[in-house]
Amino acid sequence: MDFELSDEEAALADSVRGLCASRFPLERLQEIATSASEPPVERAAEPSAPDVLDTVGWEALASSGVFSLQVPETEGGVGLGMAPATVVFEELGRALVPGPLVASHLAARLGVPPLGDAAEGKLLVGSLRPFLPTGPDSLSPLLVPHLPSLGALVITSEDGLRLIDPAALDATRVRRSLDPLTPMWLVDSLPEGDPVGVPGDAACWLRDESILTGALLVGLAAKCVDMAVSYAKEREQFGRPIGAFQAVKHICADMLVRAEVARVSVQCAGLTVDQPDVGDADRAAAGAALLAAEAAVKNAKACIQVHGGMGFTWEVPAHLFLMRARVLAESIAHRSELSELVADRY
Amino acid sequence: MDLRYSDSELKFRAGLHDWLADVLPKLPPPPDASDWPARRSYDTKWQRMLYDAGYAGIDWPTDGGGRGASPVEQLIYLEELERAHAPYVGVNFVGLLHAGPTIAVEGIAEQRSKFLPPILRGEEVWCQGFSEPGAGSDLAALRTRAVRDGDDYVVSGSKIWTSHAEVADFCELLVRTGPEGERHRGITWLAMQMDSPGIEFRPLRTIAGSTEFGQLFLDQVRIPAANRLGEEGDGWRVAMVTLSFERGTAFVGEVLQSMELLSSLGELARRSGAWSDPEIRRRTGEIGAELDALWALARRNISNAARTGVPGIGGSVYKLGLSEARQRLADLGMDLVGRAGLAWDELEGRDGSGVLGNAEIVGTWVHSLSRTIAAGTSQIQRNIIAERILGLPK
Repeated sequence: MDFELSDEEAALADSVRGLCASRFPLERLQEIATSASEPPVERAAEPSAPDVLDTVGWEALASSGVFSLQVPETEGGVGLGMAPATVVFEELGRALVPGPLVASHLAARLGVPPLGDAAEGKLLVGSLRPFLPTGPDSLSPLLVPHLPSLGALVITSEDGLRLIDPAALDATRVRRSLDPLTPMWLVDSLPEGDPVGVPGDAACWLRDESILTGALLVGLAAKCVDMAVSYAKEREQFGRPIGAFQAVKHICADMLVRAEVARVSVQCAGLTVDQPDVGDADRAAAGAALLAAEAAVKNAKACIQVHGGMGFTWEVPAHLFLMRARVLAESIAHRSELSELVADRY
Repeated sequence: MDLRYSDSELKFRAGLHDWLADVLPKLPPPPDASDWPARRSYDTKWQRMLYDAGYAGIDWPTDGGGRGASPVEQLIYLEELERAHAPYVGVNFVGLLHAGPTIAVEGIAEQRSKFLPPILRGEEVWCQGFSEPGAGSDLAALRTRAVRDGDDYVVSGSKIWTSHAEVADFCELLVRTGPEGERHRGITWLAMQMDSPGIEFRPLRTIAGSTEFGQLFLDQVRIPAANRLGEEGDGWRVAMVTLSFERGTAFVGEVLQSMELLSSLGELARRSGAWSDPEIRRRTGEIGAELDALWALARRNISNAARTGVPGIGGSVYKLGLSEARQRLADLGMDLVGRAGLAWDELEGRDGSGVLGNAEIVGTWVHSLSRTIAAGTSQIQRNIIAERILGLPK
């Protein structure tokens, strides 16, 4: 029993962190976010306005193995499991890398034509959870992120995965999206789609989507701790760094606890998928997603609070982390579903 | 990362499991909680049974009578004992989980062989003398004075929150040997024999009605200098090692016990019909997710200890998380037991299918209030996290 990262896992995390620092520096993502969001009104008049992913550099991620990580070595992949994948996805979250990372990764792992092309980054795959018949989603129109960039769209219904061709969808770009780096397209209706994979694939997909989305959320939560702490050390008021005041210290300490608890929960869920005899993977996945979503949203808000007035400006990137946290939290099962799943299995 | 256990760890677990299944049914019922001499006798007899079976001091050094095994085996040990509902460590808490591990790491060979084996054999019970009436959260303000006189220290002052002092043989004591007004420097760690002349004890009654701790008054108590752990003036560092054990590993059983209590609350809610309320199910799931994560965090801290020898500072993160989760769990329990929670006697349910478990729920709820205070308040844990992990200025 060893919870520490192996040398291989630590090297993997380092290489992804290095890649993100060189290819997706936060300043560059901020510039993209700025140009994608202003001026919002004129932009929206163009129905064919491009997706932000055109300018992001997706191929670099593919060549580093982000999508082929869980593809078996015999099929040209890296051949690792879920636990190392959580380490990689935490780094991607920390770097605020936009795009349908989780769905493309899971599609590559599924390996069914044409989804296998996702492994080399030749195909971006989106995913969409069917709406519940009651609750807030029952009133929401269909929103699909990054639609023009997608080569395939997977509908993740519990009774099976279905494949839709995104090019055939009648869609308009939403004028303003909550997260400028995750633009949304409004879709009138979805075709039935074609079944893909075998029956058990849907349950695996939903479980692993929760874990990897949880890993992205942990990365967001952890980066918010770093940003808040570094600001609290340099910003002075009353003649001292604000981080010397307990009122600020305790906000930062709570942020770290949330991020650490969520991280260990996500890693444990990944390990439980890889090593099924150590626990209930569905319970672990739901609990991890629940804690990670809470950590990311609360930490991003706390990060804005620690930055004071500057935190409410566009200039400080804390808002981008908050909006991404909302996007990711909406991409998986709702808080109520996740908590009830854990309760039923306790 | 790997959550699986090695073959030798699995073998150790299986052997312990079988032994517990054999001996636990034969144990007498535990004594009344307020009868301290009987509790000492019960707890030390149980410790002696563990010792005789080779299950004492799992990760302690062999020259202290331990098995010299890894912290991972210590974790398996704590886990198996908790899952089998073995007797709580009780009056041996300080000896086994607090003073003992500190002596194992910081003591010289003579101290390890003098102090550790009697703890493992259930012959000597320890208590803790760290806090003072004027030095609680601000532990470094402690004023209990020790003056060197030949081969002895002569100690005068007062200590508080000392658990089961009336049945203890030794006290792990922090004293000031340096000049008045010095803080972290000038503190020394001593082992005080409790039958020394000049020690008076006054119990304090807790809100649970129990007398598990009290105040010690020390008047010219002589303690041999050979009972000093570490150098004179180095006691603060030694005490921090002690507290890292307390926060890192001493509460491992509590998270498992909390998980089990949550399962039984789920059963109670299904029995009463409260389970049809989505709010109850969601609170159960949220607390369950947290407890699962804290159990993972406990294992991560142990992994860290296995590499570094002492539990890391991650203990503060764990302690803070567990204290607060424990209070939410207890609040859920009180909401589920309803009006039966107004009685501390065990009551039968009106459905005729047996006891409600209200006494355990009430006890957990009242005691949970101490969790965010004892072993460093949640506010102090946040300061530690902010200053020592995040590097924010003091």
